[in-house]
Amino acid sequence: MARAIVKVPARARRGEIIELRAIVAHVMETGFRRTETGALVPRDIIRQMVCRYNGVEVFRADFHPAVAANPLIVFTTLATESGRIEFRWTGDNGFAAAESAQITVE
Amino acid sequence: MILRALVLLLVLCAAARAEPPPAGRRSGYEFMGPGTRAMQDDDASNPAMLWVLDGEALWRARAGASGKACADCHGDAATSMKGVAARYPAYDSARKALIDLDQRVNLCRTAQQNAPAFEPESRELLALSAFIGRQSRGMPIDIAVPGEAQPLLEAGRAAFGRRQGQLNLACTQCHDRLAGEKLAGNPIPQAHPTGYPIYRLEWQGLGSLQRRLRNCMIGVRAEPYAYGAPEFVELEYYLMWRARGMKVETPAVRP
Amino acid sequence: MITRRAFLAAAAAAAAPAALQATPGAMSEAIRALTGGAPAPRGRVKLDVPELIENGNSVVLGVTVESPMTEIDHVRAIHVFAPLNPLPNMISVYLGPRAGRARFTTRVRVADSQTLVALAQLSDGSFWSDQVSVVVTLAACTEEVK
Repeated sequence: MARAIVKVPARARRGEIIELRAIVAHVMETGFRRTETGALVPRDIIRQMVCRYNGVEVFRADFHPAVAANPLIVFTTLATESGRIEFRWTGDNGFAAAESAQITVE
Repeated sequence: MILRALVLLLVLCAAARAEPPPAGRRSGYEFMGPGTRAMQDDDASNPAMLWVLDGEALWRARAGASGKACADCHGDAATSMKGVAARYPAYDSARKALIDLDQRVNLCRTAQQNAPAFEPESRELLALSAFIGRQSRGMPIDIAVPGEAQPLLEAGRAAFGRRQGQLNLACTQCHDRLAGEKLAGNPIPQAHPTGYPIYRLEWQGLGSLQRRLRNCMIGVRAEPYAYGAPEFVELEYYLMWRARGMKVETPAVRP
Repeated sequence: MITRRAFLAAAAAAAAPAALQATPGAMSEAIRALTGGAPAPRGRVKLDVPELIENGNSVVLGVTVESPMTEIDHVRAIHVFAPLNPLPNMISVYLGPRAGRARFTTRVRVADSQTLVALAQLSDGSFWSDQVSVVVTLAACTEEVK
């Protein structure tokens, strides 16, 4: 099942600021909702997303229950070199997802 | 505030019903704020695309005793499914029944793939429905009404005009007469199902037209029809016919 | 005239022991935990969120901070808060000179009409902020009887 969609430009000029975009499938259960009988639905959220560019962390985000379901994050990074830009998500109940894309920088 | 709006509605009451004239029809897209529209416009921002990708995988997955995938009979969906969602619900003259797209998928599942039918609102069915619907994006809705199907269209039209529920409201009162006015701070759309299945912000997930119609019925405190009920398919038929010519937006985003 | 939302909120507060709103000081404490009490004046930060929210379940929110994003002068982190959500912290992002721009966009849940706050932490140790007051409307016709 599709866990994540990422958008990374295929090519860029060295030093160019590029936009990165990622959505991951996750219900982001807040832990504040109650069932019809009043029982609390336990929290189940993504806690963190890390973006690595050829292994070097370039962006990190800590998510709280206020982040909407199927979280989207859009940010920028400098196109420094060709290689792999990887997105990794971790969260409650051992949740883990990863997606990456190649970029050619000239 | 809602009470005031409802009193206004009851005072106006549903005398003659005026369907929006073809030129005056506007998609729910036009009633949304710019942020929500941007979500729909960009595949990399539209959470519904997560389901479309799942649907693509299901399209190619072997299923059931047949060991066949949708792709084995239908090939590349971009070609074979182009325009299909724009034509549903459709009257199946062999079965003498009105069938919507989800039912058609399940008919293929059971009859051709010898696999169990997908549950209504299951992730798989929604994914396939979103994937198939996506192949019609941008195409005009084109609903055929052969003679035998005319009474079914009329049944759908009658349901749209019938008062129901504890609030005793008919769909037409809000969605024909008062479209464009506000209810609870939000504009009332004309209720054209141009983008189903939709990612509804209220659900924070993807859902079918029937799910949305159930929400409407609960909204007027009526007992909603069961999923797959003929009343639902007739109402979907009427709504899609009423939206004929408008462009398919599947998978749309709505508040 | 008492609005329906206000009445329901009052009734819920009276009836339910569990609060679905953070305690009044929770956001201040959360901010203090980051700033250590240092000032965080308005400026340099732009919090982008629609003032009228059609559905509080998913609101596009962006923050941009003016910064050259060089080694010696960049934004280290941006934090966003909702004082009237059950928890005040919404999201925190950590950047550096490789970001190019101090900017991000996401989608958040806003539980009620309130003033959202964005806080930026700069590499020189200073803090800057912005805030936007938003009004949240209810979706009509849902699965629950409201």
